[in-house]
Amino acid sequence: MRNIWTIANREYKLYFASPAPYLITFMILLVIGVLFYMDIQFGAQQGAPMGVEVVLSPMAFLLMLATPVITARLLAEEQRMGTIELLLTAPVRDWELVVGKWLGAFMLMLTIAAVSIIYPLILNRLVSPGIDQGPVLSGYLGIVLLCAALAAIGVAISAFFSSQIAAFATTLGVLIFLWWIVGFLTQLGGGAGLFSQVVGYLNINTHFYNNMLRGVIDLQDIAYYLSLTALGLFVGTMAVETRRWR
Amino acid sequence: MIRVEELTKDYGARRAIDQLTFNADKGEILGFLGPNGAGKTTTMRILSGYMPPTSGKAEVAGFDVVEQSLEVRRRVGYMPETVPLYPEMTVFDYLKFMADLRHMPDAEDRVDDALEMVHMGDRAGGYIGNLSKGMRQRVGLAQALIHKPEVLILDEPTIGLDPVQIIEVRKLIREIGRDHTVLLSTHILSEAQQLCHRVLIINKGKIVVEDTPERLQARLAGAQRITVKVGGDADGLERVVGAVTGVAHISASIDGGLEYESAAGQDARPAVARAVVGAGYDLLELHPIGLSLEEIFLQLTRDEPTPPAPDDGEPVEDEPDVA
Repeated sequence: MRNIWTIANREYKLYFASPAPYLITFMILLVIGVLFYMDIQFGAQQGAPMGVEVVLSPMAFLLMLATPVITARLLAEEQRMGTIELLLTAPVRDWELVVGKWLGAFMLMLTIAAVSIIYPLILNRLVSPGIDQGPVLSGYLGIVLLCAALAAIGVAISAFFSSQIAAFATTLGVLIFLWWIVGFLTQLGGGAGLFSQVVGYLNINTHFYNNMLRGVIDLQDIAYYLSLTALGLFVGTMAVETRRWR
Repeated sequence: MIRVEELTKDYGARRAIDQLTFNADKGEILGFLGPNGAGKTTTMRILSGYMPPTSGKAEVAGFDVVEQSLEVRRRVGYMPETVPLYPEMTVFDYLKFMADLRHMPDAEDRVDDALEMVHMGDRAGGYIGNLSKGMRQRVGLAQALIHKPEVLILDEPTIGLDPVQIIEVRKLIREIGRDHTVLLSTHILSEAQQLCHRVLIINKGKIVVEDTPERLQARLAGAQRITVKVGGDADGLERVVGAVTGVAHISASIDGGLEYESAAGQDARPAVARAVVGAGYDLLELHPIGLSLEEIFLQLTRDEPTPPAPDDGEPVEDEPDVA
């Protein structure tokens, strides 16, 4: 347990030592900030009710895009530099290493998401009698679960490569597949049949957008994200273990 | 401390080490000597718990490297050949990270101790990326020492260092070797000679010979070899020396002199000296030359049969070639 925290702590601190995370955070918050402003202008003119989704909706998407940047280097860099040899000859279990790396990335993503909390707070002041609290809570819970799953997928893919670029491209590909292509496939299946239902369950964004963002906390959505997280960590651990045999 | 039995490792079709069997006792400094690609790094990686062998058994500090890998890793300090480090971390942070991973209770003190041992106490705040090669090597060594392991496995610890740094690192290894078991690999033969209690010569994944450096030299020295050097014109020297009884195998040596071998047990030096001076030459040098570890190494890794140890009672069959 302690090993996980040691590794996670180091990764988290290391993120702040390089420019990339600052840039990502800046871009994400910039886009969200601009959209927030525009939405408020629009909302004020239209008189339409506004909720937390004006912030969380774009943020989920941006976090998905940011994941490859954040996670690509986690294990790929260690493999490229040879420092993986130090980690694998230390008394650290393989899964502790993977979970530690994941936790570091997860904490970074949560930090970025946490900064966005000022927007619902501002919104609460501007909208009378106040925005709907339910979706705020379930929305942020959804973000937390989404980040966990995204980070896990990123770490797992990073474990397979020695090149950050390859890990980056593959992670982006996988996430886009889960975000859009799956939805597309669901439509192909006709929308209602068993195929569509099964494939539709795999869609990473509907669990968030359709349910959690609307204030609905459904066990199947939570199970989906947790399973995806567990799967990512498991695959990552397997990848690290097979490294030992090469 | 280290017990290896019939250790074999295949990388696909290539057999990197083949049925290696050897031991190292507590407090011993064991040297792995061999050309590049001989299997030294592979063996060290297996012993440090990095990878499992294809077959065979290896035990470090009483724990099996496959079944009880975590226990082995707790007791081993390993410095890989490439000395991997994190350039974006400071020396102190890096060593503290390593100490934390090994659950050292007083991590910061341990870091200070380790830095003292490698004489880098004043560079603790610097970024690893800014260090010279020699300093990086010392940081790597500090990392291997930080948890005061029972066994140290050092893969080419002095590679890439300048002569001053090499002397320092060797001194350090000698100091450490007093309380720890050290397994180090090198292809610098004089290093093996200076540092190691015992030397294992490996070639193509197999152990070619295993002995102390001195006995190894004695085994392969065989017949006595004497070098003769005269001043000025050396014409006809060969004939003169060759005429002395007890002299066999005359050859020219690289630096312009002459080398001959005398049969075992016979010392032809007085007769040779008299013959040379009597024939009118200016005798400058007349002394025996031992077989250097270099020549032993070359001979052994050239796939020639190894002469048996002297107490076997058999006569030495192979005579060393003059380089």
